[in-house]
Amino acid sequence: MKKIISPLNQKDILVLRAGDEVLLSGYIYTARDQAHKRMLENLGRGKGTRRELPFDIKNAVIYYCGPAKTPKGKVIGSCGPTTSKRMDAFTPFLLRKGLKGMIGKGSRSKDVRMLIKKYKAIYFLAPAGCGALISRCVKKVRPVAYPDLGPEAILKLEVKDFPLIVGIDAQGRSVYRF
Amino acid sequence: MKSIKAKKIIDTVADLCVKANCVLRQDLLRKLKSVYNQEKNIRAKKALGAIIENARIARKEKLAICQDTGLPIVFVELGQEVRITGDFKKAVLRGIELGYKRGNFRESIIRDPLQRGKPAYKGAIVHIDITRGSKLKLTVLPKGFGCENKSQLKMFNPTAPLKEIKDFIVNAVKSSGADACPPYILGVGIGGSADYAGFLAKVALLKNINAKRTAFERDLEREIGKLHIGPMGFGGKVTCLAIKIESYPTHIAGLPVALNLSCHALRSASATL
Repeated sequence: MKKIISPLNQKDILVLRAGDEVLLSGYIYTARDQAHKRMLENLGRGKGTRRELPFDIKNAVIYYCGPAKTPKGKVIGSCGPTTSKRMDAFTPFLLRKGLKGMIGKGSRSKDVRMLIKKYKAIYFLAPAGCGALISRCVKKVRPVAYPDLGPEAILKLEVKDFPLIVGIDAQGRSVYRF
Repeated sequence: MKSIKAKKIIDTVADLCVKANCVLRQDLLRKLKSVYNQEKNIRAKKALGAIIENARIARKEKLAICQDTGLPIVFVELGQEVRITGDFKKAVLRGIELGYKRGNFRESIIRDPLQRGKPAYKGAIVHIDITRGSKLKLTVLPKGFGCENKSQLKMFNPTAPLKEIKDFIVNAVKSSGADACPPYILGVGIGGSADYAGFLAKVALLKNINAKRTAFERDLEREIGKLHIGPMGFGGKVTCLAIKIESYPTHIAGLPVALNLSCHALRSASATL
């Protein structure tokens, strides 16, 4: 099984093929529906609002996840992926800004798949519905932005050996056959 | 007349929330283990293995099986000889809040569907049915929304052939693909009215998934199996763990069919007072 580090290195991504199993370590950012909406709104607006993204998106990996609360003595609660498709409308913009990887569950639109190819990015699948299992891979959690969104706030997670499967590779190939 | 205090209801509902979210239903676990043993496709088998391992970790470490601890749906069967002291509905909602807080579950409920706002624990769907006798049965079904989003309703013509209904259900699963955490459990409501068919589809999810199947359920399972979506979308034998159908009298002019899709983490727990 291949081990890769995030923020991602272009060379590491280019050798990956749809269906490959990888273990991801390093830093990733959680963001789901409302966080995506807000990131784009903030950038699109005129003066008075922040014109930059709340974290360095260059070569970054976004994890479509809204974790459960953290029980006492744990680093994080259950934290599996949410349905990626709902983020499709926001993804082109983030890819243009330098986003390199996404982690979620399920398929993506054709547009997103083509853009993943164009920007030589990558889309990973996390074990869907296995949030308790995944919580063991998270070593550290730091809030980054939008705390008013509750579980939809952006968090920076330090992960170790997060088991993933390449869903769409940098050549735009998908693991799904349907 | 039997008397039950509101406090007892709060405690029971809170316990049920924790149990439903952390302990996978026994009928489901049994089914998952049996399909795991039969699966030959390596990637699909691994996915099933992760699901079973996740259930073990969740139970042992008292973690939510899935971070989406759902919109809580509560089914109440209230015996007509039971007298409740205190505010019954408030007690149920308070129990939910307490249980979700105790379990460190996710605040997934927003007060205003259009304005959105900060999610909290407040809010649940409560179905109350009056039954005979002196027992109070409470069931909590936390429904994840990745799969709830894929649910569908169709009002068929009363003369529609069975094949049309079958196609509707199979196509709904097909269009869900791998998005809603397969292998799925399908609750189907046939008959009643538009809203009642939706209710029946949800109730169907409470049935024992290993119970004897009807010919129609078997037939549907076979058709859905041909989609080869498989665990987490990786192909293999099992796209659907079970299909459960509930039906009810309906009008001569109509034939409502509702499908409530559940992910592999179908969660519910019941208690009788």
